[in-house]
Amino acid sequence: MEIILSAAIGVLTASGVYLLLRPRTYQVIIGLSLLSYAVNLFIFSMGRLRVNAPPILEPGGVGDLSRYTDPVPQALVLTAIVIGFAMTALFLVVLLASRGFTGTDHVDGREQRSE
Amino acid sequence: MSNWLHHLIILPILIPLMVGAAMIPIDERNRMAKGVMGFVSTLVLFVLSMVLMRAAASTEGFLAGTSVYQLGNWPAPFGIVLVLDRLSALMLCLTSGLALAAQVYSIARWHTAGHHFHSLFQLLIAGLNGAFLTGDLFNLFVFFELMLAASYGLLLHGSGPLRVKAGLHYVAINLAASSLFLIGVSLIYGATGTLNMADLAIKLSTISPENRQMVEVGAGILGVAFLVKAGMWPLSFWLPTAYSAATPPVAAVFAVLTKVGIYVILRLSLLVFGANAGVSAGFGQTLLVIGGMLTIAFGAIGVLASQAMARLAAYSVLVSSGTLMAAIGLGHSSMIAGALFYLVSSTLTISAFFLLIELVERGRDAGADVLAVTMEAYGDADEDEEVDEAGAAIPGTMAVLGLCFCLCALLLAGLPPLSGFVAKFAILSGLFGLSGAEPTPALSAADWTYVTLLILSGLSAMIAMNRVGIRTFWASIENTVPRVFVIEIAPVVVLLGACIFLSLQAGPTMRYMQATADSLLNPSGYTERVLTAPRVGGQ
Repeated sequence: MEIILSAAIGVLTASGVYLLLRPRTYQVIIGLSLLSYAVNLFIFSMGRLRVNAPPILEPGGVGDLSRYTDPVPQALVLTAIVIGFAMTALFLVVLLASRGFTGTDHVDGREQRSE
Repeated sequence: MSNWLHHLIILPILIPLMVGAAMIPIDERNRMAKGVMGFVSTLVLFVLSMVLMRAAASTEGFLAGTSVYQLGNWPAPFGIVLVLDRLSALMLCLTSGLALAAQVYSIARWHTAGHHFHSLFQLLIAGLNGAFLTGDLFNLFVFFELMLAASYGLLLHGSGPLRVKAGLHYVAINLAASSLFLIGVSLIYGATGTLNMADLAIKLSTISPENRQMVEVGAGILGVAFLVKAGMWPLSFWLPTAYSAATPPVAAVFAVLTKVGIYVILRLSLLVFGANAGVSAGFGQTLLVIGGMLTIAFGAIGVLASQAMARLAAYSVLVSSGTLMAAIGLGHSSMIAGALFYLVSSTLTISAFFLLIELVERGRDAGADVLAVTMEAYGDADEDEEVDEAGAAIPGTMAVLGLCFCLCALLLAGLPPLSGFVAKFAILSGLFGLSGAEPTPALSAADWTYVTLLILSGLSAMIAMNRVGIRTFWASIENTVPRVFVIEIAPVVVLLGACIFLSLQAGPTMRYMQATADSLLNPSGYTERVLTAPRVGGQ
């Protein structure tokens, strides 16, 4: 499971960074989204991977840490998702405004001269 | 009674948050009402932060030294705490002072340029204050995002292709930096199991080697996120464009935004990687020194190369950031107090300059400086139609503007007798050990490079300001005198007056800065207060 998760985070990050560096605003926003997914998974994995372990206390299991997973990264990831989502939406608005002003979806607001 | 006064610590976050939220449903036509609400809120904040600073500076009584506010009444490593100490009180004061000036300035005309200016402004202040007060890394992230979200809106205030393009780059780079922030925070949490800064400082001294490595990687990634904000050289290409595209009152507050990055780096490097950190002590300092110096060099060259005044001011922001970064990185404890003085003085100056630029350039064609030679061919510039102007125009406009400009030039270049000089002198005397507090160690090559760069950056600011000043005030081709209103020039005068006050009261101010530096250099006092703070109404 560790290998699958770390590979997933790696692939998402790599694709995200690649797209972030591309010249089209649409690619940038997809890149940022992929990057934020990778980061969210990464935060989640920092609480160590556990299967079938809830992050909240069950009756009778109080004090037995082996039955629980770390709840803090789950709380953190929730916050990160909300903030990341809001920021992506905001970026989308700026992107559309830029498209409206310049008539192009190049990040610099004008096409590069062809060689 | 003392418990009740304790709640003062959270007010700098709550007041702007509530006022900002309350303004949203108010119709945009009642802009003046919003402006007055914002003004009152910022004024209250300013008074409050003065009170908090006085309290933090005292040695006994309520809120003396380092005080802790437990959110939800949870004790420190488990709950989130707000921490007020001399450094955070100083930053609160600086922020609210700048905000007050920018707010008054915006009421004259700039707040009409778009929607929800005053709400965004209040939310930005809430985010800034929160970032300065919090003692928890993840909470810092949340306040950072609050501040950034508001700053995106404010940067785009006034719209137009130039601002939208600068805004697009600004948003993209800050979103990427936020991802790095999260990765850094979660690495630190994964290795130490804590997010509380004080607890982290304690845990780092007894951590296993492989976990220490992970914390250092995390701290490095976290540091990059803050350095993007602070504008360290290879990460700062977005800054001059964004800052010079922003509307003047916004640019004036943005001057303190880079200082948030500096603040966090100063706080974390002295608290977590200070003398008690064992093997990790002084982590990342070499990078800060090199990066800081490159930033000074880049900024100084940028200042010389700038044709437009707004870009000149934006590059001055970089010089100021670089000076502070390198001062932190050099790691001489005697320099910290001078660096703090420089932080306050340079931020006030740059804000005043940003506000002044628009007044001077008003009524002139955009790009007039670039095209100065061919200007005659253009004929008279059309008067822009002015909207919703408030207040009376002041007499002797050019004289007042010119005087303010001279003061800005002296402050930016660091010439005597003003606070820019006092600040640089304090940094250098700390470096050379003139204060006599400790035996002078031999200065390294890095120290000498820093001294050289500091002085050269002052020279380049002087040259650039001279050139711009001559072109604007003496050899200007058009003789249009801009119409300037009292409430526009007053904030500039007040900010410059604050710098003059700092120069006159340099003694008491330096004592405060020295006390701040001393408490930063002895982090055990901070960690002890945070971790042993009692809960309200209980053990």
